Amino acid sequence: MSTPYAKLPGWVEYGLIPLINLAVAFVVAGLVVLLVGENPFEAAYHLINGAFGRGEYIGFTLYYATTFIFTGLAVAVAFHAGLFNIGGEGQAYVGGIGVALACLWLDKVMPWYVVFPLAILGSVFFGAIWAFLPGWLQAKRGSHIVITTIMFNFIASSLMVYLLTRVLKPLGSMAPQTRTFAEGGQLPKLDWLLSIFGLNVGTAPFNISFLLALAAAFGVWVLIWRTKLGYEMRTMGHSPSAARYAGIRESRITVITMMISGGLAGMMALNPIMGEQFRMQLDFVQGAGFVGIAVALMGRSHPGGIIPAAILFGVLYQGGAEIAFEMPSISRDMIVIIQGLVILFAGALENMFRPAITRAFAMRGQRAAAVVQTKGA
Amino acid sequence: MDFFHVLVVLLESTIRVSVPLVFAALAGLFTERAGVFDIGLEGKMLGAAFAAGAVAAVTQSVWMGLLAAILISVVLSLVHGYASITQRGNQIVSGVAINFIVAGSTVILGEAWFRQGGRTPALAEGARFQTINLPGADAIRDVPILGPIYADLLSGHFLLTYLAFIMVPASWWILYRTRFGLRLRAVGENPGAVDTAGISVIWLRYRAVICCGILCGFAGAYLSLAMTAGFVKGMTAGKGYIALAALIFAKWRPKNVMLACLLFGFLDALAIRLQGTPLPLVGQVPVQLMQALPYILTVILLAGFIGKAIPPKAGGVPYVKER
Repeated sequence: MSTPYAKLPGWVEYGLIPLINLAVAFVVAGLVVLLVGENPFEAAYHLINGAFGRGEYIGFTLYYATTFIFTGLAVAVAFHAGLFNIGGEGQAYVGGIGVALACLWLDKVMPWYVVFPLAILGSVFFGAIWAFLPGWLQAKRGSHIVITTIMFNFIASSLMVYLLTRVLKPLGSMAPQTRTFAEGGQLPKLDWLLSIFGLNVGTAPFNISFLLALAAAFGVWVLIWRTKLGYEMRTMGHSPSAARYAGIRESRITVITMMISGGLAGMMALNPIMGEQFRMQLDFVQGAGFVGIAVALMGRSHPGGIIPAAILFGVLYQGGAEIAFEMPSISRDMIVIIQGLVILFAGALENMFRPAITRAFAMRGQRAAAVVQTKGA
Repeated sequence: MDFFHVLVVLLESTIRVSVPLVFAALAGLFTERAGVFDIGLEGKMLGAAFAAGAVAAVTQSVWMGLLAAILISVVLSLVHGYASITQRGNQIVSGVAINFIVAGSTVILGEAWFRQGGRTPALAEGARFQTINLPGADAIRDVPILGPIYADLLSGHFLLTYLAFIMVPASWWILYRTRFGLRLRAVGENPGAVDTAGISVIWLRYRAVICCGILCGFAGAYLSLAMTAGFVKGMTAGKGYIALAALIFAKWRPKNVMLACLLFGFLDALAIRLQGTPLPLVGQVPVQLMQALPYILTVILLAGFIGKAIPPKAGGVPYVKER
């Protein structure tokens, strides 16, 4: 199936259509707010105010955005190779082991700038391992990557419960978590970045891993559009048969892509573990792996789109907490609905409004042509 | 407690936890056999469970609850159908979206309507399913071996439990012995051929999706109207994914679906049973390992180490008429 739709200008394709999809998602979410018996405009006000109203709020928004940049990039990289990595959740979770091990090992003797690179390596390593198996199974044994990654999410969850309740928990403690890291396991905050704009970051855990996320986004851009590997990935994603004909080794690309994707998802663990909680807790991923799907869909799998999409979800998470606080009848689960709606309209139903928009543009084109004609005559 | 008694208790709880899995996996069987992948089973089941709990609580009628469950589940199925059949959207993405929308809405609406932390009020007797005692169950109870099997294992379940196990041969009959079933399977393997024969691929797939909705409705209703008295938030707790795993494990065949669900149900029951008790030879098995076992088994199966699971050929691909 080639694209059944006419080609649209870039700003329509990458700007207008996602915005319309997003707007529809918000309208439907507004209807849910109405159904609950609350005023959707009031909710929208609290959402925006809660996300941007103060330096501290912005700090929280960007803290969440950091997480979603990583998981969004993870999903996007796989998308480019035609793979649907639904296992970001598990990969990020297991990636946490790498972070925790680096911190538990060195936090008392080394400063953060020594521990951080090791933690990055650890998170990438464990995340990549967790994605390697589904990738390898798809490449060599033909199992469907979507199903295996779902299964691996659950296996990861069981594994982490086991590790946190039996292995990594300090003696004598009841809570399923590692010990709190010393200073070496704590990332410095990015308060200076916000203070440039005269904002006070307050208690927000906005930390240095945000810069790592931006670097990762740039790295992904270079990888996908400026390297041979990226070209091969895109070729495979576009047409597996063409890739095979061109001599691209499909199984190799599948495994490598999944490992890069898993590594990126794993890096997500740095942000909550070293940046906020300073220990590894149960369920620290909190669905960020799935948010990554929405972020990648919204951002059209391009780092330039993923960063704003991740910030949008950061706004939803932070603003959503504020809505929950100000309007008790709306809980934070509102975010989950909006997220689902964004996935539905920006992902599964992305072509719903396309025929109408295409028609509108065709009409405009005709009119412009008619104007040219009359002028000529 | 002798061994036999323990076994009967274990099998009895196996049946209890398997019922929603059987319904949901059969639901998946219908859509996936028609070429529409569905990872939204979890969401549909959860939505149905909520609708059942909420409506039964308000109307005090178990049947209204069941009806609402089926209705909501079918509506969600149609959304999935619209996205993946009519709009030719990505079926996985659509399924994920439905899971999210339902997970959020059930909590928000439940909290707004009942104000009990996302749960629906506890259901009174008339508003939930009662267990059915098969004739003569009490009389035969004291007979050794046969007595407990009949009285405890076969008797004393809910109507929906019996329905679930009747649905297994019924699904087989529909899929393999009716014209609708033949076409349904054909549309999942080669929609082009079905189209050439002058049969609407779209309408067939929509009907498959509706069948899926009805069965997921039963699964959800069982959770909130039979297994427990009311809806608790997130009460499906991954059962939709286990059902999906069971469906793959069963290689998309009705009888195997039942066996796979029973196996996964058994593992679940065993995990609860074994918690903290060491086994001979292996020592203490971590509960987490038992819980992860269905998923691990499915991965091993998918990798082709225990037979090969071949999904319907046209699964996951929207059908486009050639022009």
